[in-house]
Amino acid sequence: MTTPTVAPPMSMLAELTHRCPLSCPYCSNPLELERKAQELDTRTWKRVMDEAAELGVLQVHFSGGEPMARPDLYELIAHARHLNLYTNLITSGVLINSDSMRALDEAGLDHIQLSFQDIDQKEADRLSGFKEVQPRKLEAARLINEAGIPITLNFVLQKHNISRIPAMFQLARELDAQRIEMAHTQYYGWALKNRLALLPSPEQLQEADRYVKAEEEKGGLAIDYVTPDYYADRPKPCMGGWGRRFINISPSGRALPCHAAETIPHLSFENVRETSLSSIWYQSESFNLFRGTTWMPEPCASCDHKEVDWGGCRCQALALAGKANLTDPICTLSPFHKVVETAVAEAQNTEPQTLHYRKFSS
Amino acid sequence: MTPLTEQDSPGFTRGYRLQHDKVRDQWLIQAPERALIADPIAAIVLQLLDGKRSVASIIDELCSRFDAPRETIAHDVMALLSGLIEKRVLRL
Repeated sequence: MTTPTVAPPMSMLAELTHRCPLSCPYCSNPLELERKAQELDTRTWKRVMDEAAELGVLQVHFSGGEPMARPDLYELIAHARHLNLYTNLITSGVLINSDSMRALDEAGLDHIQLSFQDIDQKEADRLSGFKEVQPRKLEAARLINEAGIPITLNFVLQKHNISRIPAMFQLARELDAQRIEMAHTQYYGWALKNRLALLPSPEQLQEADRYVKAEEEKGGLAIDYVTPDYYADRPKPCMGGWGRRFINISPSGRALPCHAAETIPHLSFENVRETSLSSIWYQSESFNLFRGTTWMPEPCASCDHKEVDWGGCRCQALALAGKANLTDPICTLSPFHKVVETAVAEAQNTEPQTLHYRKFSS
Repeated sequence: MTPLTEQDSPGFTRGYRLQHDKVRDQWLIQAPERALIADPIAAIVLQLLDGKRSVASIIDELCSRFDAPRETIAHDVMALLSGLIEKRVLRL
C-alpha cells in the first residue's frame, strides 16, 4: 500500500561489509554477521546508489564492519560523488595509510568519521580487541588532516571511559576536528549482551553530562552528544522515525529501516538484488509496518509526543518487552518500564564483567 | 577572525557544497551529517562563489540583475557570507 504523504529518504547507510579487524563488544552489527561470500558486488552497489540518488537520498554513509576492508570502496565513493551524493566514511581508521588516504582523497570523499574506543591506550586495546589500536588511529587522523578532509571523531561512551571525556575533547581540539560525536552506547545486539559490563551508573551519567556542558560553553567545537536511552524519560525517535529519513542496506543487500531491524521475527525484508529501492521505500510491508502513527498502541496512540519520538525504537521494544509493536519501554509511560529500572539498578554493580566480543558465529 | 571585505574571494570549505535537490526542488548546502536549506536568494549568491571571484564582483553582478541599491545588496551579501564564514561553511 502506498501512502501518498511518505517523503523520500534523506540518507542511506551502506553497510558494505560486516568484516572488521576490530571486535568491539558494543558493535552495532547484528549478532548474526553476514559473511564475505554474501556481500553485494561492485556493480550492484553502484546500481543501488543510482536508485538512491533518483529516489531523493542526499547523503551516503559508507559503513560496516570496516568499509575499508572492501577494495572497491574508492570506486564506490567516486560513483556516489558523480551522482552528487554527499559521501561520508565511517571507519576505525586502522586500514588508513598514505596510499589508501590518497585514494580516498582522489575519489572525492567529503567527510570522515573516525571512531575511537578511548583515550587510554590499554583500554582502547581491551575494548577493540586489537593490539596497539590507538597509535594507528592517531596516525590515521594525522593523514586525514594532511589530506584536508574534514573529520568528526566518534567516541563511544561506556562506564570505563567516562572519566576521560575531557581528554577526548582535548584530542578533538588538537586534531582541529570540527565535530565530535560523544555517543553513549546504545544497548541493542552486541551491546545488550554486554550491558552489565558497559552501562554507566546514574552518577557517571551526571559526570558525563557535566563534562559535555563545560565543553559546550567553550565553543568552537560542534558536539553531538547522544545520551543513553536508559536514563531518559521519553524514548528517542529511532532513525528519526521508522521509514521517515533513513534506508539501511546490509552487506548482502537487505533493505532495512534501521540496522537492528532484522532482529524482529516474522518480518521479511526485501533485497536490493531483486527489488528496486523506490518500491522498497514506498511499497514494502517492512517499511510501512511501523511508519507514521496508525500502528501505535496505547499509551503512544493518544500521546502528545507521538510525532516527536514516533514511539521510540521497535527493536528495543522487542528486546525489552518481547514485542516490536509495543511502546518503547524506555518511556516512563510504558507498562514495561520496570525492565529499564532494573537494568539501571544493576548498573551500580562494579564487579568486573567478562566482555563478549563480536565474532562470526561458527 | 579578520572581517570579510569586498576584496576577499570566499569559497566553500571542503566538506560543504551547494547543490540543487531536484527531487524536492530546493537548494541545499550539503554538510557533515546534515543538509542546510538555502533560501532562493542565498542560493543565487552562493552559486556565484568559486573561491576566485571577489565579493565586489559578485555584488556588481547582482546589481545588474536585481533592481535594488548597491548598498542594500552589499549589506545582505556581506551578512550572508560573514555568517557562513563564522560557521566554517565558507573559507576566505
